[in-house]
Amino acid sequence: MREIIRLEDICRDFIVGEETVHALRGVSFTISEGEFVTIMGSSGSGKSTLLNTLGCLDTPTSGEYWLDGISVRTMDKNRRATLRNRKIGFVFQSYNLLPKTTAVENVELPLMYNSSYSSSQRRQKAVSALEAVGLGDRLWHKSNQMSGGQMQRVAIARALVNDPAVILADEATGNLDTRTSFEVLVLFQKLHAEGRTIIFVTHNPEISRYSSRNITLRDGRVTGDVLNGNILDAAATLASIPVEED
Amino acid sequence: MNIGNLFKIAVKALSNNKFRGFLTMLGIIIGVAAVITMLAIGQGSKRSIQAQISEMGSNMIMIHPGGERRGGVRLSPEDMESLKLGDLQDIQTQTSFVTYVSPAVNSAGQAIYGANNTPTTVYGVNRDYLEIRRYRVQDGEVFTEQDIRTAAKVCLVGKSVVDELFPEGQNPIGKVIRFGTIPLRIIGVLESKGYNSMGMDQDDLIIAPYTTVQKRMLAITHLQEIICSAVTEDYTEQAIEEISRILRDNHRLKDTDEDDFSIRSQQELSSMMTSTTDTMTVLLAVVAGISLLVGGIGIMNIMYVSVTERTREIGLRMSIGAKGRDILAQFLIESVLISVTGGLIGVVLGVGAALLVNLLASYPVFIQPWSVILSFAVCTVTGVFFGWYPAKKAAGLDPIEAIRYE
Repeated sequence: MREIIRLEDICRDFIVGEETVHALRGVSFTISEGEFVTIMGSSGSGKSTLLNTLGCLDTPTSGEYWLDGISVRTMDKNRRATLRNRKIGFVFQSYNLLPKTTAVENVELPLMYNSSYSSSQRRQKAVSALEAVGLGDRLWHKSNQMSGGQMQRVAIARALVNDPAVILADEATGNLDTRTSFEVLVLFQKLHAEGRTIIFVTHNPEISRYSSRNITLRDGRVTGDVLNGNILDAAATLASIPVEED
Repeated sequence: MNIGNLFKIAVKALSNNKFRGFLTMLGIIIGVAAVITMLAIGQGSKRSIQAQISEMGSNMIMIHPGGERRGGVRLSPEDMESLKLGDLQDIQTQTSFVTYVSPAVNSAGQAIYGANNTPTTVYGVNRDYLEIRRYRVQDGEVFTEQDIRTAAKVCLVGKSVVDELFPEGQNPIGKVIRFGTIPLRIIGVLESKGYNSMGMDQDDLIIAPYTTVQKRMLAITHLQEIICSAVTEDYTEQAIEEISRILRDNHRLKDTDEDDFSIRSQQELSSMMTSTTDTMTVLLAVVAGISLLVGGIGIMNIMYVSVTERTREIGLRMSIGAKGRDILAQFLIESVLISVTGGLIGVVLGVGAALLVNLLASYPVFIQPWSVILSFAVCTVTGVFFGWYPAKKAAGLDPIEAIRYE
């Protein structure tokens, strides 16, 4: 399997006032194409910093990071912006959709910052991404007319639209109720089955049971990295959750 | 990212907040409209004054005898006899910037015809006078060179004099009126010019050959005044210089001597009058400009609020690949769109308001193309200027913090 992410001894220090905070203290691992990795850790474990580093939003203080074979550490802001645009799809906890904007327009957004797409190509890709997340019938709904689960699926479609090397999800189910969480998890498993590489950062240990690999972070170090031999089927779990009557 | 996409994004963002955008625009609309209307009104009054002055002969130059010291006593200009016929002839022949030259000797008195009489003034002049003062003959004709040589007892009369002396509407041509004791035959009636900008009735006059006034009425040989016209108003300065040189020569003045004549031009009058309205125009424009500035500050304020309010959006855009300059451009385009749209509406409103003032208050207005272009340019610059700082702030946000901004 092709190597998508390679971290080598990543350290990230923050200077807060007089003190230096070591958020990451030498993190190393590789993630191959097609893996569904959960990164777990309590708050303060450094998982947000790791996510920012993986997402090319931040650069490590020391260590090397290769994304899809490209060294990120020495890149300036603008080149990292372009790299994010081409290689990464973000899914955030709070969806971060544009208000009063249709699903299609929201999904098109990453392609707006890529001048190699024409407006008809953009539209076409956005529609197929929305169909892939099961929102083919809600293309023209505005973000304020959708439920949380639908909004998160639009956000996932937005993360898919640029065919990224890796999808980075940051507590993507954190704002959703159990049932909707599993619906989203089903979607992630489906994408995984289609061969997408997914990194899912969470503090919820349950989610790790549905991924193929689980990296645990504590105090800025990797304390566990296990392959999941028994991946649970989110669809089956979803079916077992009773539908609540209103 | 191409500019077309940025444009779409900006339009979209603005249309999400139509009412707020409109309120922001309102500042610019009022500012631009005010600038245009105020300048139109200012320019309108300036133009109307200029037109009135030019009707009097804007290129007119008046030469009077100047006060002179004689044995320590400064004499009144009227008592001076320094302007001679020779001066007139030299100005006629030796200048290149002067078109028409006329002597002027005036005599005030009572004009009488039958039982009617009216106080008026006889202007003793030559034929050029009519050209200089832009008088046109409505009926009859102008006296001839022969009349001047012979000091003929003929005259042209203004409308006001005709009205006073011939109240029954008889044809005045050929009638003999008396001015003081001198009988004058009316050979022409002048076209009415009405009142000038200083409220003087320009039709209350009698024009006669200057020789007639000189010899038969005043018994003098000198000239009270010489009136000339420059080739055009713009050559007034040069014409004055030429005339001044000739007169100093003729009067044998030494370099150290003061002029024994004074030259005034209509240009001075016109510049004096227009400078008043210019001051008004500047004042109006300044007030209007301040409202444009206030409008600009309104844009800046709203853009600031907008940047703060949309911090998460900015964070998202950055995390999906927008560069700092894309964000900068987006917000700049937004503020320029507000100001340009506001500017366009302001231009339409300003022009409309100016025309309305003209229509309803029949106040003279003149919309100068440059005032429209200027105010429009200023409001575009305002958009960039006041949009720059908020846009810069947006572009400088850290995506990590922005995306989680609450």
